[in-house]
Amino acid sequence: MVDPVLASRLQFALTTIVHIIFPVMSMGLAPFLIYFTWKEVRTGQPVYEQLRRFWTRIFAVSFVVGTVTGLVLEFEFGTNFAAFSTTAGELFGGPLALEGMMAFMLEATFLGIFVFGRDRVSDWLYFLSSIAVGLGTWLSAVWILIANSWMQTPRGFEIVVENGQRIVKLTDPLAAYLNPRFSYMFIHMQNAAVESVALFMAGVAAYYVFRHHVWDYPIEHIDVWEKTLKIALVVLIITAPLQVIQGDEYARHVSETQPQKFAAMEAVWETDSYVPEYIVAFPTDVSDLLNPRTKDLFGIGIPGGASWLASGGNPQATIRGLDSFSTKAPPVAIVFWAFRIMVALGFWFILLAVWGVYRWWRGELFEDDLLHKALMASSLLGFVAVEVGWIVTEVGRQPWVIQGVMKTGAGVSPNLTGAEATFTLLGFVTGYLLLLGLYTYVVGRIIRSGPPSKDELTQSDSSRGLESEVTSGE
Amino acid sequence: MSNLGWLATKPLFGLPLAELWFTLLFFIFGMFLFLDGFDFGVGILFATRDDDHEKEHLLAAIGPFWDGNEVWLVVFGGALFAAFPSVYANLFSRYYLLMFAILAGLGLRGLAPEMYEEREDDRWRTFWGYSFVIGSAVTPFLLGLFVMNWLVGATGLITPVGVLGGVTVLVLTVVDGAAFLGVKTRGALRGEMRTYGVQAAVGYLGVAISTLGAIYVTEPGLRSSFRSPLIVALVILTATLTGIYVVALRRRRYYAAFAATAALVFGLVGLVATLLFPFVDRTAGLTIREAIISTLPLNLMSIMASVLLPIVLVYFVVLYSAFSGPINIEETY
Repeated sequence: MVDPVLASRLQFALTTIVHIIFPVMSMGLAPFLIYFTWKEVRTGQPVYEQLRRFWTRIFAVSFVVGTVTGLVLEFEFGTNFAAFSTTAGELFGGPLALEGMMAFMLEATFLGIFVFGRDRVSDWLYFLSSIAVGLGTWLSAVWILIANSWMQTPRGFEIVVENGQRIVKLTDPLAAYLNPRFSYMFIHMQNAAVESVALFMAGVAAYYVFRHHVWDYPIEHIDVWEKTLKIALVVLIITAPLQVIQGDEYARHVSETQPQKFAAMEAVWETDSYVPEYIVAFPTDVSDLLNPRTKDLFGIGIPGGASWLASGGNPQATIRGLDSFSTKAPPVAIVFWAFRIMVALGFWFILLAVWGVYRWWRGELFEDDLLHKALMASSLLGFVAVEVGWIVTEVGRQPWVIQGVMKTGAGVSPNLTGAEATFTLLGFVTGYLLLLGLYTYVVGRIIRSGPPSKDELTQSDSSRGLESEVTSGE
Repeated sequence: MSNLGWLATKPLFGLPLAELWFTLLFFIFGMFLFLDGFDFGVGILFATRDDDHEKEHLLAAIGPFWDGNEVWLVVFGGALFAAFPSVYANLFSRYYLLMFAILAGLGLRGLAPEMYEEREDDRWRTFWGYSFVIGSAVTPFLLGLFVMNWLVGATGLITPVGVLGGVTVLVLTVVDGAAFLGVKTRGALRGEMRTYGVQAAVGYLGVAISTLGAIYVTEPGLRSSFRSPLIVALVILTATLTGIYVVALRRRRYYAAFAATAALVFGLVGLVATLLFPFVDRTAGLTIREAIISTLPLNLMSIMASVLLPIVLVYFVVLYSAFSGPINIEETY
């Protein structure tokens, strides 16, 4: 039997790690779908209908899997973290309820029209549906990130003891919901979603462009893929640098508001000035290799780099070390490496974007097979960056579930038994592996079947709607 | 403190907000049960179909709707968390395994139609067809079990009254689904749905009354509530509505039958709410007034909900208008 506290934490981690893939896909695809629909309605060019229909299929599957996994997440606060829910519910439940009413409802109802209703409604209402769906996904992020950022930088509340239980009472809603972290988190997350999907699109398009132009294996709708690649590169050249520049400001904000997390990100144990920015660091003792909290590290880094980052330009700045906190440090190695992988990927995406745009400018975009291979290999790396980024955020703030207010272990349901928690944890591991496998398989099939052919389109044959492709793709 | 201080001192317009949120919560649950109920019903009736074309019809009937319908459950969870956080925490952790069984059932139901359409070979479709039926049948049964456990304050997961409650909800979704398919289909399929609908309605009245009887017998603590005139009125209403439903189907008035289903669902939800009142969590001994959040967030949530929920209803009107009338298999799936 796994201890119910540990099992609940692992189960929640697994749920969020799997769930985040699908909202990233829908939030990232949303602006593209709005653009495709707008161009389709305005210009009537078949390529935009093909693009819209192809990516809508992936959006629809992601939305279904996202609903299934997201509902679990909402219920898990009650099932596994009942003590947290009782303590923080007054402040934390509101955003979740508002997410449902304001965002999810908008998205789910208009998605019905967007996926099934091309022939049922006017162009105008159809375009409006694409906006409603996109707005819904982004509003969801607003409320979910309000809830999460409040746990990172809690404001606008007081603690009252009721019936022997500590209860968070909302005193200032604006301070609580527009807490200092929210804007950093929202920009970072939304830009990451768009960037990740742009990378995914570029990877898929590169696969077809490579086969057509490099291997001379004729692809039926090569114009669709060429267009996809160019659109993805335009979005990538904007989002990739923005992510790194804004991420730098975000990290500085973390160093000011969550110094323990920042110290874990940089593996700083003793408070010091002129702290180096390690590129890599390893335990000096091999027996410490599996100990995430080892203090004896050998690192290669830039002298004064971490101080320079934390202070915004002063290599002499002091960074508070993990030893100076009264609480146990989070598992430093996980946070340290997750942060490094995220940053490295962030820079790699900039390089990819610049490389692609340079080739495009030289008129060699469809000939550079090395670029195509790099894009294909990077198609899922945006999602990896999102995952490690969230690991920095969530593992880094341990042992707190609400920073400085409540520890994660204290938030677990008091009546939960090890047997129950172990049983569901095993169920989740099995179920979510199957779910991921199924999702990958279905998205793979959609990609291989490609966009609908031109003679199937609404413009050329008004009796056939969007869904005919579902069966004709076989 | 910002200038919102006036919101913290007294309930908005002096309204009994705790009781209103209790009512709203059951209204939201009723919306879920009515709307997603017909999706479940269609999923169960899917088991009666052998013909591929008819199966496609059933899937197409709920295709644009089920996702939006299920969101009412998300909103129910959110609203319970926001208004009665301790109840949300107690209930969900007390019926821990039941909650995850419900989530698994919902997951299967959501995934299955999407997967079914993905490939055309027989084995694949048989597998996802069965998954669709199982997910659609198991979920309402477990939801009924959960609500009944909540109502009587059961400490175990499976109780006799709980099982009866589960069957009641299960049968009600078939009543719902048959009426919905009466609206959405034509021809022989429609005729068969009419027959299933009538049978399910008669069965529903039987199990619903048995469940009430079982509660009366096994739960002495709830007996006094049965004298409430509201309970008597709701029981009479349920019997009358079942009659109306049957007559409407026989006379081929499908929209009337569907409307009667809506009233039946809210009748059932009303019965549960009335029996539970004034408690919101009987096991924990929490009354509505004890469990409600404090005034400031309550006022804020009340303002937000009274603005947002009417807008949400507009979304549903737009969605259902866009896909009104019988399904045209050529244009869907």
